[in-house]
Amino acid sequence: MIALAHASYPWRRMVTARPDPELAAILGGDEAAFEELFKRYHGPLLRLATSYLGDRESAEDAVQETWLTCLKSIDRFQGRSSFKTWLFGILVNVARSRRRQRSRLLPFASLFGRDDSDSRRPAVDPDRFQADGRWTSAPDSWTDVPEDKLLGRETQAMVLVAIQALPAKQREVILLRDVAGWSAEETRTFLSISDANQRVRLHRARAAVRAALEEYLK
Amino acid sequence: MTCREVVELMTDYLEGALSPADRDRFEQHLAGCEGCTAYLAELRKTLRVLGGLREVPIPGHLRRRLLAAFGDWRTSSRVTGGPDREQ
Repeated sequence: MIALAHASYPWRRMVTARPDPELAAILGGDEAAFEELFKRYHGPLLRLATSYLGDRESAEDAVQETWLTCLKSIDRFQGRSSFKTWLFGILVNVARSRRRQRSRLLPFASLFGRDDSDSRRPAVDPDRFQADGRWTSAPDSWTDVPEDKLLGRETQAMVLVAIQALPAKQREVILLRDVAGWSAEETRTFLSISDANQRVRLHRARAAVRAALEEYLK
Repeated sequence: MTCREVVELMTDYLEGALSPADRDRFEQHLAGCEGCTAYLAELRKTLRVLGGLREVPIPGHLRRRLLAAFGDWRTSSRVTGGPDREQ
């Protein structure tokens, strides 16, 4: 019924579709608005690029190419997704093609790393629980950890290492959800995965990062 | 629910993905369990640490390069009727 209405009155979609303010900012040609956008997305783009490419320099390079590609093709952008999703899609393509170029130089085995991110195995170490399912050694809320230590640079560096050590599927999800601040829906659509898999990957990734933090903070 | 089960539901809980019945049981467990309450507190702190990774300052060279590219794009789009074409 609704689809039929749209087919008969194509203008309805144009009237009801919310214009993407980020796209409008770029198309408007306002330099300050553009700078605001690349400031906003620099961190998330860089983190994601680093997760694919490993080192900071290649990642920065990929982010630069992403923006250049964005400017080159923005006139052809159809607005079927949000500007943000489109931009991150460019980054993933840039990073993947660089990895392909590089993979000729990498050991073959690295292409076949096992990734059981979607398995329902427990995410928390089973040794933490007694036979009856209660804690053997209960967590302590990190009440003794000062805020500036918890949110400091050293802790951040350690967490980045922990993220990099995750299987790729979990890494993408935790970077988009918890670092970039995307919604579950945006993330699942972007990665073309089910809602349940999005949540399982997020859960495993968060549990692993929490465990790394616990080890680091104790 | 045991602690072992509760920790595996933490993300579903935070995502609002538990059924009302499971959420009640989850919260009942939490109310009487220091260990799981502490785990949830740690998880929330973990999320704050992760959120702290969002902002990264842009290196000067990259900023200059992108602003220059934007300027070029704007000029060439004006010529071909780009940015202002809607107006």
